[in-house]
Amino acid sequence: MSKYDQLTELLLHLGDSAIVQAQRLCELCGHAPALEEEVALMNVGLDLVGQARNWLEYAAERIDDGRDADALVYRRDELAYRNLLLVEQPNGDFAVTMCKQFLYDAWHYEILNSLIHSSDERVAGIAAKSLKEVTYHLKRSADWVVRMGDGTDESHQRMVKAVDHLWRYVFELAQLDETKQSVIEQGILPGGEDLPERWLAMVTQVFERATLGVPAPAPSIYLNGQKGLHSECLGILLAEMQFLQRAYPDASW
Amino acid sequence: MSQWTLFEVFVRSKHGLNHKHVGSLHAADAEMAIENARDLYTRRSEGVSIWVVPSDAITATTSDEKAPLFDPSDDKVYRHASFYELPDEVGHM
Amino acid sequence: MYAQMVETGVKAVKDKEQMSAEERAFQEKIDAEIKIEPKNWMPSAYRKTLIRQISQHAHSEIVGMLPEGNWVTRAPTLKRKLQLMAKIQDEAGHGLYLYSAMETLGADRDEEVQKMHEGRAKYSSIFNYPTLSWADMGTIGWLVDGAAIVNQVVLQRTSYGPYSRAMIRICKEESFHQRQGYEILLHMMREGTDAQKAMVQESINRFWWPVLMMFGPSDADSPNSAQSMAWKIKRHSNDDLRQRFVDQTIPQLQILGCTVPDPDLKFNEESGHWEFGEIDWTEFYEVLKGNGPCNQERINTRKSAIDNGAWVREAAVAHANKKKPRSAA
Repeated sequence: MSKYDQLTELLLHLGDSAIVQAQRLCELCGHAPALEEEVALMNVGLDLVGQARNWLEYAAERIDDGRDADALVYRRDELAYRNLLLVEQPNGDFAVTMCKQFLYDAWHYEILNSLIHSSDERVAGIAAKSLKEVTYHLKRSADWVVRMGDGTDESHQRMVKAVDHLWRYVFELAQLDETKQSVIEQGILPGGEDLPERWLAMVTQVFERATLGVPAPAPSIYLNGQKGLHSECLGILLAEMQFLQRAYPDASW
Repeated sequence: MSQWTLFEVFVRSKHGLNHKHVGSLHAADAEMAIENARDLYTRRSEGVSIWVVPSDAITATTSDEKAPLFDPSDDKVYRHASFYELPDEVGHM
Repeated sequence: MYAQMVETGVKAVKDKEQMSAEERAFQEKIDAEIKIEPKNWMPSAYRKTLIRQISQHAHSEIVGMLPEGNWVTRAPTLKRKLQLMAKIQDEAGHGLYLYSAMETLGADRDEEVQKMHEGRAKYSSIFNYPTLSWADMGTIGWLVDGAAIVNQVVLQRTSYGPYSRAMIRICKEESFHQRQGYEILLHMMREGTDAQKAMVQESINRFWWPVLMMFGPSDADSPNSAQSMAWKIKRHSNDDLRQRFVDQTIPQLQILGCTVPDPDLKFNEESGHWEFGEIDWTEFYEVLKGNGPCNQERINTRKSAIDNGAWVREAAVAHANKKKPRSAA
């Protein structure tokens, strides 16, 4: 019996955000600014794919229409995707890449910190495992934001531009939408009421160390990742990611 | 990486008694070196202790033998050859 | 395999009587299978040869990420994506271990990488070929990694300590790469559609001869080879390793139910080896010179990554310098 409810929406939101961010990290393969960074970025990517699989397996079970996690990743159109707008944005230069990673990591860390106490056991379990990894992701990305923000004049300028460019998408991280409010009420995301404040506090703290200003709160731009209303780049990303399954629908890989 | 410093990396495994030299890497400072060492030399085995030392801080004897100890990553099953099921007829791979 | 353009500078291998006392002591260590370590005395030709060979081995790992990087965004399932990402990450790691070993000889990573960007140092020829189908991910793991493993297993016993230890570590991690590749192909041949089976065979057809070329031409006439053998930098001839690879690979090919594009391939009952046809070495030399399918793209990608990353590395140094006085306080 299909349970396509707000909990399922949340699972898709978490899983889709992770897989889309991982996909962007895959694009960096061979292009990182240092060899050590190749290893590090791929590590984060691997963690996120693993997490996406966990969230989406659970989502698929609840949807209960014969689809598995792979079917959700490889055969849904962009209007069905529930990821944050932020993560679908292109990598840009390394300042954009790490600024984006940090803004996501800060949100990811805080939401997982609440989900580990979820009334849903499975959610709590996945969150606990993910939190260990995301704690590390956050340290890394925060360190890079600080290094580049408080590095050379050039790196500082690039970081300022990066923040400016990405900030318009963070309204989703700085607000609680319908789905979040519902799962908070249900005890699935306990303590989630102050998620936006915790996120902003983390961002402010790191931006200060990075000598970066925190812009004014971003207004909504009439898109909504949780409702499948994405920026145009998601469709292109999915076309590339899903190509083989769409081109060979009967194949087994 | 002539601007980044060369660091030597020493790792003590979860059940190990002492740190062993596993190799080197480049980093801008010690903190980055630890982060990079974690990614490169431990693939995040839990309970591992990492030391990083700038290479030029090390004084060595001339017949120094450093034997590294390598930890496989236990939680990433796809890294292990045994995870891939191949028919017996394929023989050793 | 990574010894292209290795010039030991030696015209002929010296007899013990021709050697100086130092050279003799050095050679005796090697003959006794005692490892040479970074602070030990070594002939400058030994040092130069190793720097060239190890750096080219490292360059190969790094450039080797690119043909697979070309498909990582298109991996067809989450499982395959995880496997491929892990493999690529390992290759970056292997490159780093090798550069580490190289630096113990006094070489500078930046300088050696620059040589590769300028074509003055090489990487394995195979990575100048494009990956044109998902089946290539299987073929690369099975054949390319398979060939590299044949070479690497013997290098575990190479005379230079840091190189030998890097090889031991790499070999431990490498076995999963080959099995992963083979499993991709076996699955497509056994559970796949006709289109997938055709994809596998087409991929093998394209890669077979370039893979055999990976081992390099016959080194019967090379004084450089002879010296490398005496110093145990190289432990088997190119032809020996190539034969070993073919012998172990053909049975695996038969299990797949595929063929290779070699009408002269046949099993010799007497010798117990698989005989194979003549390799067209013109292609190999052309690819080495820079006229292969993707030489430009591979080098440009690596060059761009390092050049465009300069401001990032500088920022990290600038930040580290800012922290120093504060932490000293």
